[in-house]
Amino acid sequence: MSTRNRLIVLAVVCAVAIGGAAGYLLHSRKSQDKAVRSAPTVAKVPVSQIAGGPRIVFRNTALGSGYGTIAMVSLANPSGPRAITGTSCDRVYSSKQRILCLSSSQGIVTTYKAQVLSDTFQTQQNLPLAGIPSRARLSTDGTLAATTSFTAGDSYAGTSFSTRTVISHLSGKQDDVGLESYRLVHDGASISPVDRNFWGVTFAADDDTFYATAAWSGHTWLVKGRISTRTMTTLHEDAECPSLSPDGTTIVYKKRARQPVGHWRLASYDIATGRETMLAETRTVDDQVDWMDSHNVLYGIPRSGSQAAVDDIYEVPTDGSGQPKLLIAQAWSPAVVH
Amino acid sequence: MYLTERPSSSRSAGLQVKQRVAGTVILMGLVSMFTDISSESVSAVLPLYLTAVVGLGPLAYGFIDGIYQGVSALVRILGGWLADAGDHPKWVAFSGYGLSAITRLALIPLHSFAAITAVITTDRLGKGIRTGPRDAVIAASSAPESLGRAFGVHRALDTLGAVIGPLLAFCILYVVPGDYKSVFVVSFAAAIIGLAVLLIFVPDVRPRRARAQANGTTLGKPPRPSFALLADRRFGRLVLAAGLLGILTVGDGFLYLALQHRDDMAVKYFPLLYVGTNFAYLALAVPLGRLSDRIGRAKVFLTGHLFLIAAYVCAGGPAAGAGLTIACLLLLGTYYACTDGTLAALSGMLVDPSVRASGISTAQTVQAGARFISSLGFGLIWTLAGQQSALLIVAVALAAVIPIGWLLLRNNETRPEALAA
Repeated sequence: MSTRNRLIVLAVVCAVAIGGAAGYLLHSRKSQDKAVRSAPTVAKVPVSQIAGGPRIVFRNTALGSGYGTIAMVSLANPSGPRAITGTSCDRVYSSKQRILCLSSSQGIVTTYKAQVLSDTFQTQQNLPLAGIPSRARLSTDGTLAATTSFTAGDSYAGTSFSTRTVISHLSGKQDDVGLESYRLVHDGASISPVDRNFWGVTFAADDDTFYATAAWSGHTWLVKGRISTRTMTTLHEDAECPSLSPDGTTIVYKKRARQPVGHWRLASYDIATGRETMLAETRTVDDQVDWMDSHNVLYGIPRSGSQAAVDDIYEVPTDGSGQPKLLIAQAWSPAVVH
Repeated sequence: MYLTERPSSSRSAGLQVKQRVAGTVILMGLVSMFTDISSESVSAVLPLYLTAVVGLGPLAYGFIDGIYQGVSALVRILGGWLADAGDHPKWVAFSGYGLSAITRLALIPLHSFAAITAVITTDRLGKGIRTGPRDAVIAASSAPESLGRAFGVHRALDTLGAVIGPLLAFCILYVVPGDYKSVFVVSFAAAIIGLAVLLIFVPDVRPRRARAQANGTTLGKPPRPSFALLADRRFGRLVLAAGLLGILTVGDGFLYLALQHRDDMAVKYFPLLYVGTNFAYLALAVPLGRLSDRIGRAKVFLTGHLFLIAAYVCAGGPAAGAGLTIACLLLLGTYYACTDGTLAALSGMLVDPSVRASGISTAQTVQAGARFISSLGFGLIWTLAGQQSALLIVAVALAAVIPIGWLLLRNNETRPEALAA
C-alpha cells in the first residue's frame, strides 16, 4: 500500500471512529433530554407545607429539573405529593432541626462537600469529606454527624479504594475524628490491621454510643463504639451499614450472606440476645436503612436499564414477616423525622 | 559505537540528522497515546462508575486492585518471548493492543462484578503482552546511540495520552451527566484509532532476520523460553540493579497517601496529583532521554533515583504545604522521566537483538515485581514506624543502594561485540 492509500485508510478509520463516538454522544444527549422532558411529573407542594411537621426527608430522583435535590413528604402520607427544595445532595440525612447533605461536583477535579444545613436549608457549617459520598447520619438530637466517603489512593496502589468515616460534633467544641484513629478491639485484644476500613455509622440516643461497620482481611463486622473512649469493639460478623432502632434494642444491617460480590440481604439483629433474622426483602439492598417506626425500615432500590439513575424507597417489617412495599417512588436516601 | 562522555559541542550537524527520531518511534508513540487516552479515560471514571452504577463496596475494590497488580507482570515475559520467537514483535503488540480495545466494548453492556473483573483482567493481560514487543519495535527502529531519546519521545507521547484521557472523560460526563457508557464508547473509538495507526503504518520489523542479514549469517533457530538471559553477566547485573532499586521504590499510592495525610489540598485535588506527576514526566522525558544518550544511560537511570529520594524527603519531612506537595510531584515525575525509558534502552542494548523483547520485558517484570514486594514491606514499616519515619527510612536505604547500583551498572551499557556472535 502506498503512503497515500494508508493515509486514506487511516482517515476513514478515524472518521468512522470519531463520527461513531460523536453520534453516540449526540444520541445519548438527546435521549437524556427526552427522558427529562417526558418524565412523569410528580405531584408537588410548597416546602412550607411539609417542613416542620413529621416527615420523611429524601433525595428526589424523579428525572427533571429537581433531580438530585432534597425533597420531603409528610410522614402521614408518604406516597402523597412531595416538596422539592433547590439544594442538591448525593446523600442526605435529617434530624428535626438539621440536615446533613453530602454532595459532589463533577469536573476535571471532582470536588466533594459535606454541609450541615438548617431546617431552612441555610448552610450552618462545612464538614470534611475526602471522597465520593457514601453514607450520612445525624444523631437524633442533631448534635453528632457521621459521614462516610470512598477515597482513592488509600492503599498500596493508586487505583485502590477505601472508605473514610468521620464523626463530627456539631457544637464545634471538639475536633472531627476519623474512625481510623479509634482503638479497635476484636476477641478481647486491640488490633490495627493495615487494611482496616470503617463505614456506615448509626448513633444511639446517649450521644456517645454508636454502631458501625469495620472490615479487614475481606471480612466485615458490626462494631459498637464509644466516642468518649475512642474505642470500637466487634460484635457480629458479616454486617454492614447498621441502623439502630429508635428504642435502641435492634439493629438492621445489610449482609453478604454468602451471595456473589455486590449482593446484600437485609437482616435484623437483637442486641440483647444476638439473634439475627433475615428480612423478607430478597432483592439486593446496598443502602443504610432508616427506621420508619419501631417495626419497619425504609431503604432505596435503584431501577435498572435506562432508568438506572432513578431509585424507589421501599418499606419492610423488621421481624422477617410480610413483604416489601413501595413507599415513595423516585426517591433515595430516606430519613424519617418524627 | 556508543558515545560515552562525549561533549555535545563536538557533534557534527550530520550526526544530528542521522540521530533524528525514527518515524516508527513517533508512530508507536501515537499508538500508545491513543491507547492511553482510551485506558486512562476509563480508569478516571471507573471508581465513580463502580460506586454509583454497579454499587460495589470497598472490599470489592481491593480485590479488583489485586488483579491489576498481578496479572500484568505474569504475561509480560510471555509477550516478550512470543515476540522474539516469532520475530514479529509488531503482531504480538497488535494482539495486546487489540485485546485491550475489545475490553472497552465489553464494558458497555456489563453490570456484574464478576464480568467487570474479567474485563479488567483481560485489559491488564493485553497491556502485559504488548509492553515488551512494543519496546522491541522501538529499539529495532532506532539507532543505538539515540535509543534513550527514542524511548523518551515514546514515553512523552504515552504520558500525553494519560493526561488527555481523564480530561476527555470528564468533558464527556459534562455533556451527558451520568452516562458512563458514552465514556466507554469514546474510549473504544480512541483505542481503534491507535490500533489502526499500528496496523496500517508501523512496519513489521524483524529484528532476528535483520541481524542475520547484517552479520551475513543464516537465520538461527527461534529462541526458546529460558532464563538463560539472566545468566548473562552484563544483563544479570542490570536486572540485579533494577531489582535492588525496585525493592526500595515505594508505590506512588503511598506517596500520594502521605501527601494527603499531611496536606488538605492533596485530599481535595487528589486527581491532580497524577496530573502533576505526569506533567513533569511529559516535559522531561525527551530532554532526559537525550541526556542519557549523551552522558550514559546508567548515570541518568541512577540519578533518577536521587530525585526519588528527594521526593521521599519532601513527602516524609516535617514541613507541609502546597509548595512542597507540588515539588514532591514534580520530583516523582522527574524520577519516571529519568528511569522508565532508560531502563528499556539499557536492557534493549544489553541483550542480543534476537531476544530483545524478552530482555526488555524481563528487566521490566523484575522491576515491577520488586516494587510490589516493596509495597508489602513498606506497608509493614508504615504501620510500625509511622508514615514519615517510614519514608525517611526508605530514603536512607535507597541512598545507600545507589552506589551499589553504580558498581553494577558502570561500564555495562552495551554488549561487547565479542558476545554478539
